[in-house]
Amino acid sequence: MTPDSSISDLRRAIDAGERTAVDVCRAALDRIGQHDSPLHAFNRVTSERALARAAQIDSDRARWRGAPLAGIPVALKDNLCTRGVHTTASSRILEHFVPPYNATVVDRLEAAGAVVVGKTNCDEFAMGSSTEHSAFGPSRNPWDPDRTPGGSSGGSAVAVAAGFTPIALGSDTGGSIRQPAALCGIVGLKPTYGRVSRYGLLAFASSLDQIGPFAHTARDAAIVLQVLAGADPMDATSAPEPVPDYAAALTGDINGMRIGVPWHLLEQGVDAEVHAAFAAAVATLAARGATIVDVELAQARHAIPVYYLVATAEASSNLARYDGARYGYRAPASGAADTLQAMYRRSRADGFGPEVKRRIMLGTYVLSAGYYDAYYLKAQQVRTMILRDYEEAFVRVDAVAMPTSPTPAFRIGERADDPLQMYLADIFTVSANLCGLPAVSVPCGFTATRLPIGLQLVGRRFDEAGLLRIADAYERDTGWWREEPELGT
Amino acid sequence: MPDDISRERVEAIAALANLELDPAEAELFARQLGAFLAYADSVQQIDTTGIPPTTHVATTHVAEREDVSRPSLTTADALANAPDAAPEAGLFRVPRVIG
Repeated sequence: MTPDSSISDLRRAIDAGERTAVDVCRAALDRIGQHDSPLHAFNRVTSERALARAAQIDSDRARWRGAPLAGIPVALKDNLCTRGVHTTASSRILEHFVPPYNATVVDRLEAAGAVVVGKTNCDEFAMGSSTEHSAFGPSRNPWDPDRTPGGSSGGSAVAVAAGFTPIALGSDTGGSIRQPAALCGIVGLKPTYGRVSRYGLLAFASSLDQIGPFAHTARDAAIVLQVLAGADPMDATSAPEPVPDYAAALTGDINGMRIGVPWHLLEQGVDAEVHAAFAAAVATLAARGATIVDVELAQARHAIPVYYLVATAEASSNLARYDGARYGYRAPASGAADTLQAMYRRSRADGFGPEVKRRIMLGTYVLSAGYYDAYYLKAQQVRTMILRDYEEAFVRVDAVAMPTSPTPAFRIGERADDPLQMYLADIFTVSANLCGLPAVSVPCGFTATRLPIGLQLVGRRFDEAGLLRIADAYERDTGWWREEPELGT
Repeated sequence: MPDDISRERVEAIAALANLELDPAEAELFARQLGAFLAYADSVQQIDTTGIPPTTHVATTHVAEREDVSRPSLTTADALANAPDAAPEAGLFRVPRVIG
């Protein structure tokens, strides 16, 4: 973490007149210009807009004094709609799409004074765990450019980990914020389903998707969540629950908090260094006063098939809108006798990449006549059972701790030919989405080869404050979050 | 559940999904979908008698609002991203639908 990259440090410097918003923005753009090739955090850098916006903030300092993000550069995952700025979801089918409206989160960030510097690379339509499914090429992990940063919000994680921007937004349908945060050594928060408006997020799986922040610290994540959270008339699933003061929850005191650990889930398939770092993190939390409790999540082992049945079914429906008629890519006519149906089929065939097609096919299959009850309905019933496991656990504990990812960052190409292997690595993250629970990933160590490892905490619905309190307390006892990768020149 | 699903089945699903697949893709998906469904077979074995399905986890749906008109997209904005539009008529243009 560079010395001046926390929100509070930057805000103090801007308010004190030591730095201008333009100066902060220019520094971010310079660093992006210097290092984004070959890391490929960004699909598009919006330099001119960003500098103009920063200049506006500088020209009216009285107005912006006290705005929580005034002059803070932010990177946005390229599936969040930005008015007048290309929003591609890293797909050929939306390569030239320019939204006529902003996502609610974009409006909220800008109202708080944030300066959007660009749109970040991701797996196409957020489908993947490595950014390798981007139509525009993979992002690279700043800790080892031969490895993936994780995904699907890999570009946003790289932007923060590489020090391009202090904060970024991603979306998380099955781990797409937490897993890249873990693999890049930063904090990533998936809020409770409904806590943050999804209006203007290009939908993948509507019952699972949530937008959330990347940051270097739990405190910065809390500041961003404060800006994002709250009901939105444009999203009927956004929750009316009151939004607490998240920063005020960061007291450092976790005495008497009860943290459950499902040790039985860690018996197989977890990398030895990840296991050791996780166990050490649990011991740190215990030493700080938390009570560690063994919890059983009996149905958790079914979470992967249930997740992929539900998510692909919803995706096949959501992605039906991309048909070449009203926006997006349209395949050239094959002749005067071309039919509408043929135009749809060819546009989708040319516009979607292989992983998106695979998921549309799977989702269409499980929703098709004769298979619906056996797959989709069954998966939704087991989803209920997984939810009940967590409800029972949260009677006894305040949070559940697990590794975020069973392995550290893997090599680009390593899992490309085996989609099922790639899916299995989502074992610790998908349950929070199926159950709508908040979850955060916090840096908790490194492998011998300097690859970051993440600790995940899953909480009760709408208890982001409790999770962030634990995460912040953990950071006070450890220095992992201070580590930064050395970037090549 | 056999590990591969049939080519005919894959082609029927592709038609439902409005996707044109080339022969190599159809073969690949027959294998990969078969492998996933075989893996998901474990879910079939779970006793879910009497368990209601969970379709979503939203606490409350604030689906109603006052019935008043609000600003919406202009025709020009709505057509701005169209691959083929007739702006003067305010229409999207698509291949002929009716013979």
